[in-house]
Amino acid sequence: MKTLEEGGRLFLQGGIACSEGAIAAGCRFYAGYPITPASEIAERMAERLPTLGGTFLQMEDEIASICSIIGASWGGVKSMTATSGPGFSLMQESIGYACMTETPILVVDVQRAGPSTGQATKCATGDLMQARWGTHGDHEVVALSPNSVQEMFDLTVRAFNLSEQYRVPVILLADEIVAHMRETVDVPPFERIELTSRRRASRRDEPPFGGVGDEGVPPMPPLGEGYHIMVTGSTHDEWGLRSTGDPEIHRKLVSRLVNKIRRHAEEITDNEEQNIEDCRVGVVSYGCVSRSVYEAMRRHPELRIGHLRLKTIWPFPEKAIRALAERVKTIVIPEMNLKQIYFEVQRASGRESDLAPINKIGGGLIITPEEIASKVKEVSS
Amino acid sequence: MTSQKPLRHFSRQYLREEVLPSTFCPGCGAGTIINCFLKAVNELGHQNLDRFVFCSGIGCSAWIPSPHFKADSIHSTHGRAVPVAMGVKLARPDLKVVVFGGDGDLAGIGLNHLVHAARRNVDLLTIMVNNMIYGMTGGQVAPTTPKGRRTTTTPYGNTEYPLDAANVITAAGAAYVARWTTHHVFPLKDSIKKALGKKGFSFIEVYSQCHTMYGRRVGFKNSVDMVRWFKDSSVTVSRAKTMTAEELEGKLVIGEIVEREKLGLLENLELVAKEATKIHD
Repeated sequence: MKTLEEGGRLFLQGGIACSEGAIAAGCRFYAGYPITPASEIAERMAERLPTLGGTFLQMEDEIASICSIIGASWGGVKSMTATSGPGFSLMQESIGYACMTETPILVVDVQRAGPSTGQATKCATGDLMQARWGTHGDHEVVALSPNSVQEMFDLTVRAFNLSEQYRVPVILLADEIVAHMRETVDVPPFERIELTSRRRASRRDEPPFGGVGDEGVPPMPPLGEGYHIMVTGSTHDEWGLRSTGDPEIHRKLVSRLVNKIRRHAEEITDNEEQNIEDCRVGVVSYGCVSRSVYEAMRRHPELRIGHLRLKTIWPFPEKAIRALAERVKTIVIPEMNLKQIYFEVQRASGRESDLAPINKIGGGLIITPEEIASKVKEVSS
Repeated sequence: MTSQKPLRHFSRQYLREEVLPSTFCPGCGAGTIINCFLKAVNELGHQNLDRFVFCSGIGCSAWIPSPHFKADSIHSTHGRAVPVAMGVKLARPDLKVVVFGGDGDLAGIGLNHLVHAARRNVDLLTIMVNNMIYGMTGGQVAPTTPKGRRTTTTPYGNTEYPLDAANVITAAGAAYVARWTTHHVFPLKDSIKKALGKKGFSFIEVYSQCHTMYGRRVGFKNSVDMVRWFKDSSVTVSRAKTMTAEELEGKLVIGEIVEREKLGLLENLELVAKEATKIHD
C-alpha cells in the first residue's frame, strides 16, 4: 500500500482522501460502525492506524463509536468517527455532550438519501439541519462541506484544526458522490501541513471550563497528572463542578459555548466565490451540486452566473450571502434536499422573494448543469 | 496526656472534601461501596487517585466518583460510560480506568456496550451498583427488579424477569466477574483489589440498598433491614451449585463467578500493530 506522507499527485477516492487527511492532521484514534457510504473511511483507517501507533476500533454501534472517540480525545489523542444518516442520528446525544464538555472530535457524515434507511446507496444532502440542530438545547457546532476529493483531504485537516482550536465537535458534511468519486489529489508532504492542537493547561490554576471571558476557549488539561478534572455533560462551573440549579452558571456556560463559535464566524467560515463582480444572477451551492454549477458556468458564460459556494455550512456564512444579495436581483439555490439551505439564505439575505430553488431528491440523481442553466435563464428573462 | 492527632478517616485523602456532605440519601449503599473501593485502593498502596480515571454515566451510582473522588472523572451520558472508558484506556493505557454505574445505566440502556466490552476483554474494571430500581428518577422498574415487585411504573407488580447481569457478562467473556452485596464488605474490598490488578475486563456487581425509592415501598422498615435481607438471602456460588431452582428462588448468589487468564484488548491490539508494521515494512 502506498502511503502518502511524502506527498505527491495521486488518484484517490473521496473516502480514502478523508482518511489520509485525518492521518495528516494527526488523528490516531478512529472508532466507527459499518455503514454505506462511509465504510471506506473506516477500512482505510483500519489498515493505516496500526502502522502509525494509532488505534482503530469497530464498535458495536454508532453511539459507542462517538463515545469512545470522546474518551480518547480526553486521553489526548485526536479522534474521529465516520458515518451516514442513520448513524449520525444515533450520535446526536453525544454531539451535544461533546459541545457541553468542549471535547474536540471530528464526525464525518457522508450523506445519503433519508429519512430513515431511505435509499442507502444514493446521494442526498438532507442532513444539514440535523448537523445544526440534531442535538437538544442551545449549542453551536462547526460543519464543513467538501465538493471534491481534494477537499475531502483538505477540509478534513481543517476540520481537525478547527475542533482543536475551538474545543468543539466539527462535522464534515460530505455526501455520497464526493465520498465515492475518484479524482486527482495534490497531497502536500504531511510535515508541511499546518496543524493546530488544543491549548494545554499548564498550570493548576487555569480552569478547564471557563475563566476566558464570554467567548473564549479554555485550555484542556491532560488526564493522569493530578488535575482532578471533572468532565460532565451537566451544567458545570469553570472547574467542572456540577451545578444543576444555579441560573447564572448555566447562562454563563451555555452563552460562552455559543459565543465562542458565533462571534468567530468570520474566522471560521470559508467560501469560494466565482465571478461575483460581474454577475447577473447569483447561485448559492455546496457539496457535489457545486460541481454542476461549475459546469453550467463553463458551458454558458453568457448567463453571467455569480457563484457562491459554501465550504462552511455552520456557522452560516451570513455576511457572504448578504453581500451577494446586494449585488444580484435573483439567487438560485440548487439543493439535493427540499429547501434546507434555501430558508437560511432567505433569512440571511432578508429577502422574501427573488430566491429560486431547485430541489431534487431520490435515486441519488445530481442536479445537472443544464437544470441549473435553464433555471438561471428562466429567472433572467 | 500526650497530644493526639485528630482522628481522620483513611478515605478523606481520596475524597473531594468541598463537595461533602454527599447528596446520597441517608442509608444509601453508595457510601459503603465508596468505602470498600477506597479501602482496596489504600491497601494496594495508592496514596492518591492521580493515576486513575473514573468514568460514569447517569444515575445515583454515577455520582460515586463524580464529584466525590479527588481524581480525573468523566461523567458521560446515560449508559455510555463503558465506551467512553474504552476510549480513555486505549488512548492512555498507563492509567487505571474504572467505571461506576447503576443497574439501569449499565444493564439497562447501556447493556449492549457492557456485553461487548466483556467480549473484547478490554482492560477496565466496571463496578455495577445494583439497587434493583431506577432511583434517581423516582423508583421506576429496572431490568433487575425482582418479578412481582411494585414500583411506580409497575403499580400492579413487575411482570418481567430480572436480568442476571453477572452471568451475562461471564458468558460474554470477561476475565473476572464477581458479585457481592453491601453486607459483604470485606470480600467486596478484596475482590476490587484483585480486579484492579487484572488484565482484561473485570466486572463486579454489588447489590446495594435504595430504601428511599425501593425498599420502603416493598416492605423494608429501613435500609438496615435491607442489608439484613442481603445477609439472610445470599448464598455462595459454590453452595448455589448444589441447590435446585426452587431453592434458589429469591436468593442472591454471591462470590467470584469467573476468573480466567486471557489476553486483554490492549495486548491484542499490540499484536495487531506488530503484524501491521511487519507487513508494511
